[in-house]
Amino acid sequence: MRVTFELAGFLRTFAGGAREVRLDVPGRTVGDALRALAERHPGVCSRVLDEQGSVRRHVNVFVSDLSIRDTGGLATELRDGCSISLLAAVSGG
Amino acid sequence: MPTTQQIEVRRGDVVVLVGTMKGAFLFRAGPDRARFEMGGPFFPGHSVYALAYDGRAGRRRVWAATSSMHWGSVLNQSDDFGATWTTPEVPTVQFPKGGKALASIWQIALGRADEPEVMYCGVEPAALFESRDAGKSFQLVEGLWQHPHREQWQPGGGGLCLHTVLPDPEVRGRIVVAISTGGVYRTDDGGRTWTVRNKGVRAEFLPDKHPEFGQCVHKIARHASRPERLYLQNHWGLYRSDDAGDSWKDIARGVPSDFGFCMAVHPHDAETAYIVPLESDGFRCTPEGKLRVYRTRDGGGSWHPLSEGLPQRDAFETVLRDAMGTDVEDRAGIYFGTRSGKLFASRDDGDSWTALATGLPPVVCVRAARA
Repeated sequence: MRVTFELAGFLRTFAGGAREVRLDVPGRTVGDALRALAERHPGVCSRVLDEQGSVRRHVNVFVSDLSIRDTGGLATELRDGCSISLLAAVSGG
Repeated sequence: MPTTQQIEVRRGDVVVLVGTMKGAFLFRAGPDRARFEMGGPFFPGHSVYALAYDGRAGRRRVWAATSSMHWGSVLNQSDDFGATWTTPEVPTVQFPKGGKALASIWQIALGRADEPEVMYCGVEPAALFESRDAGKSFQLVEGLWQHPHREQWQPGGGGLCLHTVLPDPEVRGRIVVAISTGGVYRTDDGGRTWTVRNKGVRAEFLPDKHPEFGQCVHKIARHASRPERLYLQNHWGLYRSDDAGDSWKDIARGVPSDFGFCMAVHPHDAETAYIVPLESDGFRCTPEGKLRVYRTRDGGGSWHPLSEGLPQRDAFETVLRDAMGTDVEDRAGIYFGTRSGKLFASRDDGDSWTALATGLPPVVCVRAARA
């Protein structure tokens, strides 16, 4: 399955400056796609997921326009050709 | 993003490392410390709660622990005083799989001079990590992590953090750590076993004022020449130990309040220490609107205010636990930063002070060294 990751500005530092990363994912879920991304760009994945594999509290992962918090988390199923956005939440101080 | 200003540090310069809630700054001056230049912000937007300078084994390395609310916490290093930084792709300080997740690094401590590859990180949730390869990798110190008290430690206002790490320069295998709130723990066998060392330290916020553990220790400081002597700033209380924490003696005489966060020891005199008292836990600001450092020169027998050059009117300031440091020059430089973003320096043991900066983000860490 082909997916396209769209990266928040800070994450591009760990992907050679790329705004997008296109991958062939051996699997069907967001978790599978992030594991594939970790092999290509481990620095990106370790900013999105903590060391226990959970999405960090103030990071939002969208598949197309839907937050995975509302669609099954890392088990959210993907469609071929979909985009996955990795974004910072609006939280801050 | 802001433009980062670089500084050129020469050998023998005095360097002040300043961590803030929005990035790190480096200040440099010649050995006379007459004029400081500022570099930074480094890591703009990221909080920097821990900094260290490692001059062991010929290094000139600055360590910076950065935390982002969004992207996690990571230990970065620079061998050129911030011109370039090395940030690991995957953070080097991480809990083992199946355990907790790192929230933040609160302290970076260097190992003994004869173990230049050893360093430590104290973190939140409260745990200690050790490196034996000069920071390339870190391992959780399981002896402390498995301590039966750990499940009962409670978070203080800043979280459940291990914020002070003091490897003993003389007794091999001895390390003192402090946890908010857990108190003081010590190992004498390199981290395999840990014993609580809170005897005499009050826990004002608990029904039992002298529990075995659960104290909210804010900072411990000591002098390398006399490592068995420790000074402790508590959440209410000032203490001294002359037996590496086996017992603690109240030394809060002559201070307007024994509440505060920071504490530093003079680099050449184990009898001299510095604090910045705050009014109370309910009003964590300097009393009477006066910013005063208090100094003892007799091991806590008496404390005296130092105010020359510090604002003495409408100065309701807060100095946090790691926001004070000293250099190693003959006439000691003492440095501290406030939550309101002011950075002050003394180049005469604290007798007088000047402001190095007045508009920084909230200052959370200050360290000084000779480059």
